[in-house]
Amino acid sequence: MSETRLRMPFDKEELKRLKAGDNVLLSGEMFVFRDAGHKRLFASIEAGKPDIDYVGETVYFMGPCPAQKGQIMGSCGPTTSCRMDKYTPYMFDHGLAAQVGKGKRSKECVDAFVRNGGVYFAAIGGAGALYSKCVTAVKEICYPDLGTEAIRRITVKDFPVVVAIDSTGASIYKD
Amino acid sequence: MTEVDVKLIAEGIKTAIDKISCEVEPSCFAALSAARDSEKNPTTRFALDVMCKNVAYAQQAHLPVCQDTGMVVVFLKIGQDVKLTGGFLDDAVNGGVREAFAPLRKSVLDPVSRVNTKDNTPAVIHTSIVRGDKIQAEIMLKGFGSENMSQLYMLNPAQGLETAKDLIVRTVESAASNPCPPVIIGVGLGGTFEKCAEMSKHALFRKIGSDNPDPVLDALEKELLGRINSLGIGAQGFGGATTALGVFIESYPTHISSLPVAVNVLCHCSRAAKFTVDEGGVSHE
Repeated sequence: MSETRLRMPFDKEELKRLKAGDNVLLSGEMFVFRDAGHKRLFASIEAGKPDIDYVGETVYFMGPCPAQKGQIMGSCGPTTSCRMDKYTPYMFDHGLAAQVGKGKRSKECVDAFVRNGGVYFAAIGGAGALYSKCVTAVKEICYPDLGTEAIRRITVKDFPVVVAIDSTGASIYKD
Repeated sequence: MTEVDVKLIAEGIKTAIDKISCEVEPSCFAALSAARDSEKNPTTRFALDVMCKNVAYAQQAHLPVCQDTGMVVVFLKIGQDVKLTGGFLDDAVNGGVREAFAPLRKSVLDPVSRVNTKDNTPAVIHTSIVRGDKIQAEIMLKGFGSENMSQLYMLNPAQGLETAKDLIVRTVESAASNPCPPVIIGVGLGGTFEKCAEMSKHALFRKIGSDNPDPVLDALEKELLGRINSLGIGAQGFGGATTALGVFIESYPTHISSLPVAVNVLCHCSRAAKFTVDEGGVSHE
């Protein structure tokens, strides 16, 4: 079990070297949104004017707790990724580099990771308090009316994840 | 007749949520730590270690253990010799929820419009009338990564208990990594459709490691726990020895035509507590 430190946005070649089961510490910036954020982003895509540019970016499926006193961001562990499976192949086919979430993905998603050299990382579900310590900055991007489901951009330092599905389609999860 | 002011119930609810949003139920934390200590798979052990460190850090820093502070589920056993005063019971419960959730994530919305209620109300409130002159409350913050993996089956008698057991195991197997395993499984056996589901939820209040007072159900719980742990899903679905920390069953007589089976899945962060309200005030367990 090797441990790698990686910066986001990713170098695509570095992503290709990752293997399912590798421990990785992520640093840098990524988008954060979940169900309702995806739904509204796709409405903007269908209308021909996407609300964010996610080429080369990473999306973390998460809806945070409000920040408590002294915190930059509140508890912020991953939510279940399969609810975003429907949106995932399109996003990788249009330049998304990686996703962070928890749990298995559909075959269509795995095919999209392979087709585009994408990687899916698993964060540790439930570890919200610990992950909040890794967040060094938060920017509100769009859809503030969605509350916890708004699109945000966070900067993290040494955010611990496991490579769940690598760019060859190999998975840490059993079939 | 004992008079109890519903404000005491509101206060009990708020105090309980303040605590359990940040503190995993102790028997659950102990079981999670034991799972980490015995895990052989290195990636899974890493995950369990992160999970245990998170529980300890959340408690020490008084921060929400998980960002999903859930939907509030409350079971109230109300003694029939109690007279409630000072307002309406449900309003008091929801008042306590509203106050406690000010710093927490608001995850409750209208199912049709998807518009958020903005204060995490309403709670799901189950009341029953019991003997006595006090109120016993059980409260849980239920996350929905695990709630979404729950199932209810209306079996016919010919399918019997063997099919019920297979379906309980299969529910955990198909939930796989989604509900943040190691999970805790509440099972309802019998009753009607809604009674069965309610029992499966209430079963989740049992302490990890506790025996079922009914020896037949106790044996069934242990058999199911063994079968579930032999699935090899492991913590976070990374593979390993511990897929579930406990299986708890409640049963109720059912109709000659049916065998209802409900499986309610809970994640590894059980956030549950009990308190009692009587003339003297609120006492938290």
